Amino acid sequence: MAASEALAIELPHESPSARAWRRLLERRSAVFGLVIIILFLSIAAFAPLIAPYDPAQQSWTSIRKPPSLEHWFGTDESGRDLLSRIIFGARASLLAGVVSISIALVLGVPIGLLAGYGGRWIDAVIGRVTDAVLACPFLILAIALAAFLGPSLQNAMIAIGFTTTPIFVRLTRGQVMAVKVEDYIEAARAVGNPPMRIALKHILPNVLPALIVQATISIATAIIAEASLSFLGLGQQPPAPSWGSMLNTAQRFLTNAPWMAVWPGLAIFLAVLSFNILGDGLRDALDPKER
Amino acid sequence: MLPFLGKRLLQLIPTLFFVSVLIFGLQQLLPGDPALAMAGEERDPAVLEQIRRQYHLDQPLHIQYLYWVGGVLSGNLGESMRLKEPVLTLIAQKFPVTLQLALMAIVISLVIGVTAGVISAVKRGTAVDYAVNALALWGISTPNFWLGILLIFLFAVRLGWLPASGYVSPFEDFWLSLQTTVLPAFVLGNSFAAVLMRHTRSAMLQAMGSDYVRTARAKGLAEPVVILKHAMRNALTPVVTLGALELGTLLSGAVLTEQVFSIPGFGKLIVDSVFNRDYAVVQGVTLITAATYILLNLLADIAYVLINPRLRS
Repeated sequence: MAASEALAIELPHESPSARAWRRLLERRSAVFGLVIIILFLSIAAFAPLIAPYDPAQQSWTSIRKPPSLEHWFGTDESGRDLLSRIIFGARASLLAGVVSISIALVLGVPIGLLAGYGGRWIDAVIGRVTDAVLACPFLILAIALAAFLGPSLQNAMIAIGFTTTPIFVRLTRGQVMAVKVEDYIEAARAVGNPPMRIALKHILPNVLPALIVQATISIATAIIAEASLSFLGLGQQPPAPSWGSMLNTAQRFLTNAPWMAVWPGLAIFLAVLSFNILGDGLRDALDPKER
Repeated sequence: MLPFLGKRLLQLIPTLFFVSVLIFGLQQLLPGDPALAMAGEERDPAVLEQIRRQYHLDQPLHIQYLYWVGGVLSGNLGESMRLKEPVLTLIAQKFPVTLQLALMAIVISLVIGVTAGVISAVKRGTAVDYAVNALALWGISTPNFWLGILLIFLFAVRLGWLPASGYVSPFEDFWLSLQTTVLPAFVLGNSFAAVLMRHTRSAMLQAMGSDYVRTARAKGLAEPVVILKHAMRNALTPVVTLGALELGTLLSGAVLTEQVFSIPGFGKLIVDSVFNRDYAVVQGVTLITAATYILLNLLADIAYVLINPRLRS
């Protein structure tokens, strides 16, 4: 009796989400990632208030000026302020990251649930289709899709979302297969719950932690993919700023204006790094088995 | 071994079927009349009619697919609208260039990735381990086209040691070929090295905690022998398979690397074709890369069975 009371005092009730949050905050690198992501999100949301200049405003008197007090990051080949373009470019990159992964989640999770919880032949067909999409190298398929759909940020997001979908199908299916043999699922079935209710109410919440981790890491991949497509001219179209297309332009002026190549690359690197380390931290916090 | 091979080959049939449907289906995404999109600037009704007939666009969709697959199976991937050459010929011309780049990248990434992974596992929890992990995170997070631009600036513009772009075949001038490909190969191998490092590290940690390594140590074997002969040999087996799964990333990376360094491989071919609306080439390159990826995975699976005695029976 005394022992159980002592245990009750030592282990106060903590909800799973509170425990995960506490574990996440205990990891310094994950907190660093989270802070940088919040910073980037704020920059993207308040871009018009933060940017010192109009990102599209050209100035023929300040073409390719190195960083100075007037232009902290320097200017580009049309005299546009690079800091302002980096700030506005955050919108395209983060939007592409979040929207394309949302597309992949919306498509991938229900298909994965169906594969894992449906019959054998449904699983077999979905499995082979997933294999087929995964067999096409990610960026090459995204380039092909963006080429046929036409170059634009919206189509780049669709292309990235579609090519990322199989990852979520496989992940959800695998998790469902592991969870559906558990006793509580058997119990839910035994009391007469319909399959749809079991999938949504009992299986999905158990799959969620793994999905959150994968989505975070996939946002990092999607940001690089958007930057790659924009670098190739298949993403955000000029004059709208995007980190990838800024690097494409910078390459032509590497001898005279190397600073043009530094900032957009650094911005992509920081954004991708933040999502990667937050993803690693979330894995530790949400799924201790994977550690 | 034979039943395994038969089963594995049988599994490939539906995958290849869906790959073909996917790549054929790309054509259906073209807005409006596909013949008009394929013709580019050309508006002559006779030319449009010829395109419709050549690509069977006047037929129902499933017939169009059958014609397309029939062509693919007989080695006809269509003709480039821009270069007026068969797509397969174009790919065959560019493939060796990308292959050279990819092979060099694999060698570089194996040397860096496996070495760093082994060191990191052996020195687990030390500053070296943290430094190697940080380096891997850097490798995964750095866009390779940015790294390429920075290296061009350093080694070509500032130091003048290496050419900024271009390509020379090793059969023409081996030394010059090496000079033109070493930077792009390093850039291409960079993120692959980071992935290999992570795989090697976790496989080595697992191997080093196993009974056979404990036995080897108990027998009094020197630590380098335990690590290199016992732990590493076993740890590298899963790395082969995991590495093969990442080869698709390498092929994707080649597109960007070839663009940055102006290397005329098939990555550059697909990008140039996109901008010239040369859709048959885009489909052809996508199909060949998918087929290459499937083949490499099959070979990796076979290699895995061959080197793992427990699976052989």
